[in-house]
Amino acid sequence: MIGGLFIYNHKGEVLISRVYRDDIGRNAVDAFRVNVIHARQQVRSPVTNIARTSFFHVKRSNIWLAAVTKQNVNAAMVFEFLYKMCDVMTAYFGKISEENIKNNFVLIYELLDEILDFGYPQNSETGALKTFITQQGIKSQTKEEQSQITSQVTGQIGWRREGIKYRRNELFLDVLESVNLLMSPQGQVLSAHVSGRVVMKSYLSGMPECKFGMNDKIVIDKQGKGGTTDDTGKSELGGSGKQSIAIDDCTFHQCVRLSKFDSERSISFIPPDGEYELMRYRTTKDIILPFRVIPLVREVGRTKLEVKVVIKSNFKPSLLAQKIEVRIPTPLNTSGVQVICMKGKAKYKASENAIVWKIKRMAGMKESQISAEIELLPTNDKKKWARPPISMNFEVPFAPSGLKVRYLKVFEPKLNYSDHDVIKWVRYIGRSGIYETRC
Amino acid sequence: MEWASQLCENRGLGSKMTDSKYFTTTKKGEIFELKAELNSDKKEKKKEAVKKVIASMTVGKDVSALFPDVVNCMQTDNLELKKLVYLYLMNYAKSQPDMAIMAVNTFVKDCEDPNPLIRALAVRTMGCIRVDKITEYLCEPLRKCLKDEDPYVRKTAAVCVAKLHDINAQLVEDQGFLDTLKDLISDSNPMVVANAVAALSEIAESHPNSNLLDLNPQTINKLLTALNECTEWGQIFILDCLANYTPRDDRESQSICERVTPRLSHANSAVVLSAVKVLMKFMEMLPKDLDYYGTLLKKLAPPLVTLLSAEPELQYVALRNINLIVQKRPEILKHEMKVFFVKYNDPIYVKLEKLDIMIRLASQANIAQVLAELKEYATEVDVDFVRKAVRAIGRCAIKVEQSAERCVSTLLDLIQTKVNYVVQEAIVVIKDIFRKYPNKYESVIATLCENLDSLDEPEARAAMIWIVGEYAERIDNADELLESFLEGFHDESTQVQLQLLTAIVKLFLKKPTETQELVQQVLSLATQDSDNPDLRDRGYIYWRLLSTDPVAAKEVVLAEKPLISEETDLIEPTLLEELICHIGTLASVYHKPPSAFVEGSRGVQHRRLPPRAGSVESAESPDVGQSGPSEAPPAVIPSQGDLLGDLLNLDLAPPTATVPSVQPSMQMGAMDLLGGGLDSLLGGDIGGSPSMGAGLGAAPTAMPAALGGAPPVGGGLGDLFDLGGGVGMPTGFYVVPKTLWLPAMKAKGLEISGTFARRGGIIQMDMSLTNKAMSVMTDFAIQFNRNSFGLAPAGPLQVLTPLSPNQTIDVSLPLSTSGPVMKMEPLNNLQVAVKNNIDVFYFSCQFPLSLLFVEDGKMERQVFLATWKDIPNDNEAQFQIKDIHLNSDAASNKLQGSNIFTIAKRTVEGQDMLYQSIKLTNSIWVLAEMRVQTGNPNYTLSIKCRAPEVCQFVYQCYEMVLKN
Repeated sequence: MIGGLFIYNHKGEVLISRVYRDDIGRNAVDAFRVNVIHARQQVRSPVTNIARTSFFHVKRSNIWLAAVTKQNVNAAMVFEFLYKMCDVMTAYFGKISEENIKNNFVLIYELLDEILDFGYPQNSETGALKTFITQQGIKSQTKEEQSQITSQVTGQIGWRREGIKYRRNELFLDVLESVNLLMSPQGQVLSAHVSGRVVMKSYLSGMPECKFGMNDKIVIDKQGKGGTTDDTGKSELGGSGKQSIAIDDCTFHQCVRLSKFDSERSISFIPPDGEYELMRYRTTKDIILPFRVIPLVREVGRTKLEVKVVIKSNFKPSLLAQKIEVRIPTPLNTSGVQVICMKGKAKYKASENAIVWKIKRMAGMKESQISAEIELLPTNDKKKWARPPISMNFEVPFAPSGLKVRYLKVFEPKLNYSDHDVIKWVRYIGRSGIYETRC
Repeated sequence: MEWASQLCENRGLGSKMTDSKYFTTTKKGEIFELKAELNSDKKEKKKEAVKKVIASMTVGKDVSALFPDVVNCMQTDNLELKKLVYLYLMNYAKSQPDMAIMAVNTFVKDCEDPNPLIRALAVRTMGCIRVDKITEYLCEPLRKCLKDEDPYVRKTAAVCVAKLHDINAQLVEDQGFLDTLKDLISDSNPMVVANAVAALSEIAESHPNSNLLDLNPQTINKLLTALNECTEWGQIFILDCLANYTPRDDRESQSICERVTPRLSHANSAVVLSAVKVLMKFMEMLPKDLDYYGTLLKKLAPPLVTLLSAEPELQYVALRNINLIVQKRPEILKHEMKVFFVKYNDPIYVKLEKLDIMIRLASQANIAQVLAELKEYATEVDVDFVRKAVRAIGRCAIKVEQSAERCVSTLLDLIQTKVNYVVQEAIVVIKDIFRKYPNKYESVIATLCENLDSLDEPEARAAMIWIVGEYAERIDNADELLESFLEGFHDESTQVQLQLLTAIVKLFLKKPTETQELVQQVLSLATQDSDNPDLRDRGYIYWRLLSTDPVAAKEVVLAEKPLISEETDLIEPTLLEELICHIGTLASVYHKPPSAFVEGSRGVQHRRLPPRAGSVESAESPDVGQSGPSEAPPAVIPSQGDLLGDLLNLDLAPPTATVPSVQPSMQMGAMDLLGGGLDSLLGGDIGGSPSMGAGLGAAPTAMPAALGGAPPVGGGLGDLFDLGGGVGMPTGFYVVPKTLWLPAMKAKGLEISGTFARRGGIIQMDMSLTNKAMSVMTDFAIQFNRNSFGLAPAGPLQVLTPLSPNQTIDVSLPLSTSGPVMKMEPLNNLQVAVKNNIDVFYFSCQFPLSLLFVEDGKMERQVFLATWKDIPNDNEAQFQIKDIHLNSDAASNKLQGSNIFTIAKRTVEGQDMLYQSIKLTNSIWVLAEMRVQTGNPNYTLSIKCRAPEVCQFVYQCYEMVLKN
């Protein structure tokens, strides 16, 4: 199991050091600093073995978090724990920075004492932790409150406490997708997938039972066979009017009853209070690619490049894409660039070796173009320019996978509010993930 | 502490009160000041002071001098302060054990506190204080806490048992905490169950045979129920524990798999990977024709792909694991090639791993796409990545024949880029392609030759020289090219020198007229001016060969070479199996067994996959398993040790054998090439060629001196014949016919079959080594891994002459039983490493236990009686030996030949009862009663031994001896 956990600043000074196991000594703190933080070479692996001691590290801005062990631990668990640790810290005091860590070091030690026992991760749900790790002392609690805390921390529904009350029962569902594309210069899709998340903000009283439904192909097909017709599926968004989507794989927050999903493919759960990620999913079939990038790069002699890039939006004209940014890489020996674009603003950024073209808004089924002339310094470098791909960023108000929320039903038998009384909001946002076209 | 002083200013300005100020303290008299503050009456001031102390502790200052003052602050209602004091205590208690005892009272009192959070805190902290005196006081509070009404306290107490065990294992056992811990597996609270499982698993690891985690269908059921209810971390503990269980049959296996599969949809990647581990392991037991087997295979792919959208560090862990899974079950991900395409922004460690998996998944169906990708990668910036991409193109060519042509043209394109390391890497792989597809792509040689000057790495130079030598007849200026290398002969690495020698000899044999001078030059450089024995030896061999029989030389040096295999970098199967059992863990990240990087006894248990469904092993599994051969250790066998780790790290030099001083670390392809010139050279000699003597006599004058160190060939031959005779020696010991231990496929052409024998009290391992490769093998050495009975080679492996292609040598290796001991599964398993000039190979074989039956194994009658009574009846195992048509005397005689001694015989109602004793080399006595009924071919055998796990193997010996 985890033998110790250290947090360093960018210089390698240790900010937090908590040792859980006897086999980890103080010298481990220095070993990591010397061999990893101060190493001259780029980090070649997130797991480093130094003198039979294994170090796992992640970096958040310029803060290093390192977990240390001498045993054959579950490596995936250690990384998951480190990420979780970051989440918990962020939930308590915001951004993970040197200043925040120093300002909260007592709190961090208290958290580390609670969420890691002898190197075994314990309940690390912020909702539960905040009930008893407060930095205020817990002396005033009554006996009932205490047992409520402990039963929540250890309980089957560790993520929600009892007795939550709202005057207005409300929930928000965000379908957030990131669409990834790798396209060849000739316009052939090399790989494309959508990784999506359903984020829920719930402000519901009591211990509500929820059921979530979407246009999952497997469910729809099953219902189709059963003879029940469904009223959903009329896609008013761009792309094809497909009724259901094939989900390659999905993972759920720990509140979802996985065995039920496995057997019936229904998603039922008691949600945590506030914001959390209900599910993640991935699709690869019938993806609506919101933009198409058509690059044209021509080398004119040894000292000049001509670049022309056309982007085409491919969704319903009534919808608007936002925050569009096209990044066209330029060679290292670029001496000057002239850019002409029809729409938006374009700039050559020498420090980033790229032409950045920004467009605030663009409706569907439109087209725009940029052309640039790149002057090159003559070099005797034999190595050819690697031509990194043209990448793109954007945000569109629909789900490129075609996912639709069909329902989210809420049942709370003990309290007197019904599904109809709950105010529900659904929003779809599609963003670019790694959206690249080779040129 | 520069940052500290900055913050100090903030404080001076009276800015927001934050904790960071504690990191600052005035340097002079700081301890003194703190002391005063700690003893202050004001609570706030005390707390501030403790915070400062902790801050100093964090940055590594020694504040142990404040121990009594800090401990004084422990008695407080303020939980925050208490926690800080505890933190301090955990750090310094060990250095101040006498002072630490001051804290005990508070701990004991806190364990009775009405607030469960305080009770838990006390028991949690106490377990972290590694001071004996404190540990003593811990037992009572811990006992109470394990039965506390509050689950939060119980779950903390469960982990505390593991802590205590780490400090004082004996104490934990004596106090009966292990049983309480086992009871907690049935606790109503899932988190308590999970922590109990984690604690038990950890304790069990340091007691590999303790049967602590008594996993049976009932407990498994409890675990599976808790799995649905506990936290994500708890699910990991439970799944990792489940992975150690071996289901009884395929039905149980399937039902567990069914209950584990829902975990594949968990958001936590570690839960997913641990579930994958359980499924991969248990799948092994499912019949392949089962529908469910196919369903399961299909279910595994999507979650594995999903892991690739996790954060990069987790992607890396996932990819390392996928690399193993793809080797074990390529069918799972065969359609998922695209997801392994490298993204421009992937960290380099992710890129390199993806590349590996792409090659493993490359097939005729997707090769076009893969090649297009690889070509892109070869233009990237990172040198390692580019090299690997180029190498990958070569591997694709070798793996997918249809793509070879396209690969070659891609490689040629890359050579045109003139990027130095790309060119060198390309030449190395093109050489391999030539080996795989001879006489197909030689048209590219001209292009290759253009790049001769830019090659500065030994591997690339050696590859180029090989190409020039191999195709000397097609390269007009081959002699000039080779001559140019010869100028700096002594500055070249051994790899290049050997290659150059062979290439020039090849050239000479192809174009004898123009190159006589050149060949003489290289031979004299190699034999007279070099200190390297390998080089000298090879030089002499060529010299002699050329001077005696040029025709034979031609046959030898220009012999046809065997084709190289497709997959050269697969993980060795037993290691792969073990690593599959460690999916998700560090072992799977390092691709090394835990013993290679874990110190001490923890976690070094050798894990194996369950036997394959329907395989012989499971069909034959004895129904006499009540004594559970693998569960309790014999007293003589220490429980710790490591297995493959030893083999992996082992220094293969045997006690006395000669080992070449230079060990070129080359890839297999290159190695074969080196040997190419030596093909069947010595094979002809030893085969009894009449010209042998003459050949030796006609050797160059320098020869005897050079060979002085090595024994004469004739002597070696004599030894061989002796050994050949030795194999069949009649000693009464039944020798099993030789079985194949190491197939040539797995050992680059070396085939080993063998058996064991006991002759006159000496244990011998008889082996036949066959060279099925095309090159001569030399420098044999052998080593055993630790094993149950400490078998170890008593001398070096006596292979005195090089083993030429198609030659077989019988060797008999005397064994001692004084080697390091470690329990193996099965008990009679022996893991062997054999080294030759090419590589190190591993195999495992099983020896009959009768090998270890010593000659003085006859027990006194009285002793026998007393011992028989003394051994508990639980240790008795009964077996049936069927179809034996011998009377009791004949059987007894036969058994005596194998050192199974009959002490007494009794006849009751036509039934002969033979009482027999056996003594093993490690002084374990085995007592047996054999009942023989006249006219009944079935014997009944009862075996009693203090180490009951040997019974099964003793029974096998009986059966073997009696039936043969």
